[in-house]
Amino acid sequence: MATLNSNVPVGPLAQKWEKHKFSNKLINPANKRKYKIIVVGAGLAGSSAAASLAELGYEVHNFVFHDSPRRAHSVAAQGGINAAKNYQNDNDSVYRLFYDTIKGGDFRSREANVYRLAEVSANIIDQCVAQGVPFAREYGGLLDNRSFGGAQVSRTFYARGQTGQQLLLGAYSALCRNIANGGVKSYTHSEMLDLVVVDGHAKGIIVRNLQSGEISRHNADAVVLATGGYGNVFNLSTYARGSNATAIWRAYKRGACFGNPCYTQIHPTCIPVSGDYQSKLTLMSESLRNDGRIWVPKKKEDCRRNPAEIPEADRDYYLERLYGAFGNLAPRDIASRAAKTVCDEGRGVGETGLGVYLDFSDAIQRLGEGKIRERYGNLFAMYHEITNEDAYRTPMRIYPAVHYTMGGLWVDYNLMSNLPGLFVLGEANFSDHGANRLGASALMQGLADGYFVLPATISGYLATQKPDKRPGTDHDSFQQAEENVQGVTRRLLGNKGTRTPASFHKQLGKLLWEHCGMARNKAGLEKGIQLIGELRADYWKNVKVAGEAGEWNQSLELAGRVADFLELGELLCRDALHREESCGGHFREEYQYTKNDAEVQQGLVNPGDVKRRDDQFAYVAAWEYAGEGKPPVLNKEPLVYEEVKMSTRSYK
Amino acid sequence: MNSMISFFKSSLGKKYLMAVTGILLFLFLIGHLIGNLQIFGPPELINQYAHFLHSKPLLVWGARLGLLLIVGIHISTAAQLTRENRQARPVAYAVPPVYGSSWQSRYMLVSGLVILAFIVYHLAHFTALLPGINGVGDFRRLETTLPGGEKGRDVYAMVVLGFQVWWVALFYLVAQGLLFVHLGHGLASMFQSLGFRNHVWAPRIAWFARGASTALLIGYAAIPAAIYLRLIGASHAEKAKHQLAVSPAGPRMFSIQTALSPLEADLSAETGKEAAK
Amino acid sequence: MKVTLKVWRQKNRHTPGHFASYQTPQLNPNMSFLEMLDVVNEDLASRGEEPIAFDHDCREGICGTCSLVINGKPHGPHRGVATCQTYLRSFKDGDEIIVEPFRARAFPLVKDLVVDRQAFDRIQHAGGFITVRTGSPPDANAIPVPKESADLAMDAAQCIGCGACVAACKNASAMLFVAAKVSHLGLLPQGQPERYRRVQAMVKQMDAEGFGACTVTGSCEAVCPKEITLDFIARMNRDYGVALLRGAPKKIAGGGA
Repeated sequence: MATLNSNVPVGPLAQKWEKHKFSNKLINPANKRKYKIIVVGAGLAGSSAAASLAELGYEVHNFVFHDSPRRAHSVAAQGGINAAKNYQNDNDSVYRLFYDTIKGGDFRSREANVYRLAEVSANIIDQCVAQGVPFAREYGGLLDNRSFGGAQVSRTFYARGQTGQQLLLGAYSALCRNIANGGVKSYTHSEMLDLVVVDGHAKGIIVRNLQSGEISRHNADAVVLATGGYGNVFNLSTYARGSNATAIWRAYKRGACFGNPCYTQIHPTCIPVSGDYQSKLTLMSESLRNDGRIWVPKKKEDCRRNPAEIPEADRDYYLERLYGAFGNLAPRDIASRAAKTVCDEGRGVGETGLGVYLDFSDAIQRLGEGKIRERYGNLFAMYHEITNEDAYRTPMRIYPAVHYTMGGLWVDYNLMSNLPGLFVLGEANFSDHGANRLGASALMQGLADGYFVLPATISGYLATQKPDKRPGTDHDSFQQAEENVQGVTRRLLGNKGTRTPASFHKQLGKLLWEHCGMARNKAGLEKGIQLIGELRADYWKNVKVAGEAGEWNQSLELAGRVADFLELGELLCRDALHREESCGGHFREEYQYTKNDAEVQQGLVNPGDVKRRDDQFAYVAAWEYAGEGKPPVLNKEPLVYEEVKMSTRSYK
Repeated sequence: MNSMISFFKSSLGKKYLMAVTGILLFLFLIGHLIGNLQIFGPPELINQYAHFLHSKPLLVWGARLGLLLIVGIHISTAAQLTRENRQARPVAYAVPPVYGSSWQSRYMLVSGLVILAFIVYHLAHFTALLPGINGVGDFRRLETTLPGGEKGRDVYAMVVLGFQVWWVALFYLVAQGLLFVHLGHGLASMFQSLGFRNHVWAPRIAWFARGASTALLIGYAAIPAAIYLRLIGASHAEKAKHQLAVSPAGPRMFSIQTALSPLEADLSAETGKEAAK
Repeated sequence: MKVTLKVWRQKNRHTPGHFASYQTPQLNPNMSFLEMLDVVNEDLASRGEEPIAFDHDCREGICGTCSLVINGKPHGPHRGVATCQTYLRSFKDGDEIIVEPFRARAFPLVKDLVVDRQAFDRIQHAGGFITVRTGSPPDANAIPVPKESADLAMDAAQCIGCGACVAACKNASAMLFVAAKVSHLGLLPQGQPERYRRVQAMVKQMDAEGFGACTVTGSCEAVCPKEITLDFIARMNRDYGVALLRGAPKKIAGGGA
């Protein structure tokens, strides 16, 4: 059993971070350069961490599998970044952002972490503006804000439809500066394939150079993983094709606990799947829900009709019907599940029957096409590009898609995993979003971790390590880890199968979506676990990987990643199976409100809403690897709420 | 000084050089055209103008050397840039690019080289007065009496006789056409290279480039065209022609060396004095 | 629909490359160009042939990873999109489509259609940043930025660093990329202190990488997936000229304790 100590400091919530920073040990400036830190990943969390650590004086080595550190999938976030600046004077505050995030996460996140996130959120905006991030501004030259993802205050900062890209370019520029002045050594086209653990501490990684295929060992005093989420386990998702879980999965297999893998977020406004060839799903900014109305026909027979011909009386604006106050702006998980429900009833639209209308005709009538074009022109153009349909004339079709994973490697308040020396940032960790993430909060968390949290907390660990005493790469653990990597590569390339890795990935994705997608149940999950096991066995028997080890080989890269997904997928199902409640993005059909529940009768929730079981499941499930073929061990970190009271999440 | 050198060694600095020399050459083209358009007046007008210029050797030589330097910088910088630009893409595409750029911009090198060849010819034609390349005879024999009573070159006759030859007129027209192409792109991009362009000025600059290059084309082409079509000077040329047959200069006519001697060339060149463009 | 692909195949930069022709399996016009390559690759792999290497990641036109010159045009036939946003409905059944890598000395080939664009990163290292330590900035609203400047800076900042401008330019010039980066920071008040140092350093590195010069042909803006304009190149040229006039900074004598 792993020891999970959240290391949350004692004291009043609002003073915890201040106090913790004060009580954390410091490193003498002259000694800092004697510590070498490996940062894997260069998205928002990785770039900002690498740059900030180098500025403090540590020797930082940064690894990315992309050709450039600026390409991580953080770039794809469109909508914006939240911060408790209260520039709009609309009664926002650190406490409100904290509370919204806790409530949005369905009371499954760690209170102190969330409060700290809200606290440092304002500093992020300062930092980014100073770096030259061109946030939207008003004519007076001050920053503009908008309300986003159902928030009732305007606290979202944005840069056209490219907030993620602009923030990443800001962090990348900080990284560039530190590369230029020697603080960071950058390794591009370099994929981490294993974690090296020496005497129970993370002390290095094994890396494959994607251009040459060369395998190399890198030692360090601490290893930081900022490698993003694992949503591509579903194959079809809004993730970049290259996004993968290999780094965190190898860390898991080296002893780091995996927290809440079943918390996956499904984004409601994506373009529906059009065919079997599809490689990815495209998300359209949630801001569309500000002016679009979501509906499906009331009658199944109408589903194939031209939407313009369906009379108003025969349309079901189901979100407005069910969630009056929030209506079309209901939180992501609720909007997504509602779409699934109506499609399951056979009222979905489009070729596949898996789609709902997002209709702008009312808004166009009210505001004029010009105004809509001004607000969403780029999104309408993107929709047109992909579907060849003109959304000014006919409603868009949307369907939910996997978008974010709240789960990830378990970390304590210092962002250190149960493996000492291993730190995990951004989407790769489990920490701040609970069971559901609010819109515009992913960017906030990535940058908070990288700019402000890790640089303050990492010294606490490093102070326990003697400077300049890290183990050399000739240590047995490095030898063993490299052999492990070489072994996997040999096994994959040597396999005499007939099927491509991509075809297995597709099959795994379908299987997971079906058995562990938007709505889950016991029988389905058990079936899923069994099927994934069979698929995994089939993989090692029948996979065929083209090319050689010592060259650019995208088939080999994918093969390794799919092998890890095949294991992770099972853990995801196991976690979903054990969590016999519904919360946020995790919906167990057995645990939902019905009309007999008091909360429904009081008008707090709708029948079909998620039903938490706080008495039994108010904990973080941290899964621990127990060895090949053995079921993982469940560790529990109880969630203690000192400040807020767990309540029913009501969006009525 | 070091910063100056590194500036002009950089790709941007070289483009500055191209633009600055380009502007100077453009200004010269305007001045040269104004002088040449006097051909449309009575013969004395341009002959007197030529005589005036030749009475100021310092001015003329200063201008010539200046132009030579400017043209030299323009061409050598272009050559360096071309070499570097070619090295930047060692492997060519299978499908030639077919988009975006104006066609003029893709022919700067070709148009520039033809114009260079033309300049050499133009200097030999009207400045050095090399016989044997003009298809008529020895222009140095053409003399006239200026209104002041002095003797001087009959530049008017020289030009008219020169452009009555079909292939000479045609070559001038072709070169002027290519100059139009060269300027059509060059005039717009020198503003770009020097940084004087934004979304407001970009269309205005485009209009200017189009207008100025067209005006120069019309102005310059009008001269050989009008002469070849016998619209001007035919009768004067007819009268002057007999001088080509009689040789007051005697054996000089065959001495190319003499013709090329700088002072001689200077004194004999009339319209062609600033021929470099 | 079906098309014939004529694709550049090259094992690595040390061995010569060649074009190879492939008849695609049945395709759907709603497929993206990259999904078509996926399908072709699955087909090749199942027949024991090596798949075509090509760069891609986000597949939504924002990461700048995908490249490809399709029938002579970087990022395919349409303006304002990347290859990953190009759909087969832009082609006809039976078409022959020629696919080449980005070609430039500064972008050495890795394999088939993949090139190495780290030259762009090195240009950024030279000066593509504002020196601001984490934690040191003033309040975000302390320095007002005129909306016009912020909007123009955003126009430039949209650059995704894909390198199509280099691929399209007859001189393989990186001017549009560098100009976008220089202008983005140079337009904002935060970028002023390093404005002239930045443009000099980045241009120097650009030249050192072996990109060509700008001939103002406009091919770059014609293929830019973010439709960044030549105006930014003029802006960079202007800044570069001003930097010359300002001269090198005065040396500070001696050092303090």
